Amino acid sequence: MSRRSEVLLWGAQRVSAMVLALCVAVHLLTMIYAVRSGLSAAEILGRTQGNVGWLLFYTVFVLAVAVHAPIGLRTIIGETTNARGRGVDMLVAVIGIALAAWGMRAVIGVFGGGAA
Amino acid sequence: MKNDFRSRNHPAYWAFLVHRFSGLLLALFLPLHFWALGQALHGAAALDGFLRWTEHPLVKMAETGLVLLLAAHLAGGLRLLALEFLEWREWQKSLLAAAAGASLVAALAFMLNLA
Amino acid sequence: METLQVRIWRGTEEGGFQDFEVPRQESQTVLDVVTYVQRKCDPTLAYRFACRVGVCGSCAMTVNGVSRWTCRTHVDKVAEDNRVEIAPLRNLPVIKDLVTDMREFFDKWAKARGRFTGSATRKEAFAKVSPESKERKRIEAGIECIGCGVCYSACDVVTWNKDYLGPAALNRAWTLINDVRDTARTERLAAVAGDAGCHACHTHLNCTERCPKSLSPTAGIAGLKRAVLAATLSGEI
Repeated sequence: MSRRSEVLLWGAQRVSAMVLALCVAVHLLTMIYAVRSGLSAAEILGRTQGNVGWLLFYTVFVLAVAVHAPIGLRTIIGETTNARGRGVDMLVAVIGIALAAWGMRAVIGVFGGGAA
Repeated sequence: MKNDFRSRNHPAYWAFLVHRFSGLLLALFLPLHFWALGQALHGAAALDGFLRWTEHPLVKMAETGLVLLLAAHLAGGLRLLALEFLEWREWQKSLLAAAAGASLVAALAFMLNLA
Repeated sequence: METLQVRIWRGTEEGGFQDFEVPRQESQTVLDVVTYVQRKCDPTLAYRFACRVGVCGSCAMTVNGVSRWTCRTHVDKVAEDNRVEIAPLRNLPVIKDLVTDMREFFDKWAKARGRFTGSATRKEAFAKVSPESKERKRIEAGIECIGCGVCYSACDVVTWNKDYLGPAALNRAWTLINDVRDTARTERLAAVAGDAGCHACHTHLNCTERCPKSLSPTAGIAGLKRAVLAATLSGEI
């Protein structure tokens, strides 16, 4: 990977971290509030179903995670094993895509969910 | 020759361990989290079926643990962003204590509401 | 007279600890201990020292696993149960016993472009740099480095990433980046960028903990991260 790409990867990690700081703060507050009345599908879906605000919020959240987590994993793999280079980059890129896909499935699930 | 725990016995290094460990565990947890919520695609009943597992006290403990990990990773991450992007100041060392405190508060609030 | 039980590393990376008994003295330093062993117990023990008064950095070793200057380490402060363990600096090849090969440390210093490049000649007047300027204050905070290698030895990223330039080289690069007389800023920013450069630092702060001159390479490395990002986004590098 070129030096420029390595710097941009680091930059993307920090920028996604800043986005996630906001998302996670909201997420923690939501969970602490939501869990008061117990966890149930009705409770969750009552909040998210048909709500474009939550749809947008969770989409941003999922995409930021899909950037942030793989870059972190790349560093951990590079430092704890001898694996480095193309192979590792491909692996974490695949993990990122999988997280994005799996996450969007969940976001769409709770946006539209309920209609079995 | 390599370093061992004797040279790592200071707060900033513990902060690093917490941050790396929590990040890794959260990354491993995410697929389960996404799968569980994705159950909603099969209808509210399917989601409820999964959520029934969360009644179990061990699961509630695990959930509190996860919230602690998330809060710790957030707090530690904010500390790192401050250290990296702001001009270096001596008070930044206390950020560590502030981060640790804030994450414990968050986890406690969650646990109290869960019970 | 109390006796100190001393374990000293013998050999290269392959080797082992050898036990010695050293009489305890008042205000004894770990360097005094090593010197006693070499003179009175085993003349084949290899170790480095020069000034023995905390100025040159040559006597850097690990004492009970912690990288430090042995001439500035009082036995009273580190001996637990009358025991002390002395080993060479970490992360560097061991030539013999307590002596390490410092070449990679200085090679990385060069790789980070840790040398000044100027454009003025003897015919020009001296450059005027205010000590109050933001840049000069940053330099003051990091300029006292004497290249002893303690930070390099203490850094776990150096252990985990063979190419990592290390705290000392990056700290020196930071002082030069802030030197308004220097003309190689762009080349230096490129030299310290990337996975082998400043971006590999995880803010463990081991270097800052151990630096015998109380410098904070982490502070300089954070500054380099900001400078490199700005230069990358602007297209400078």
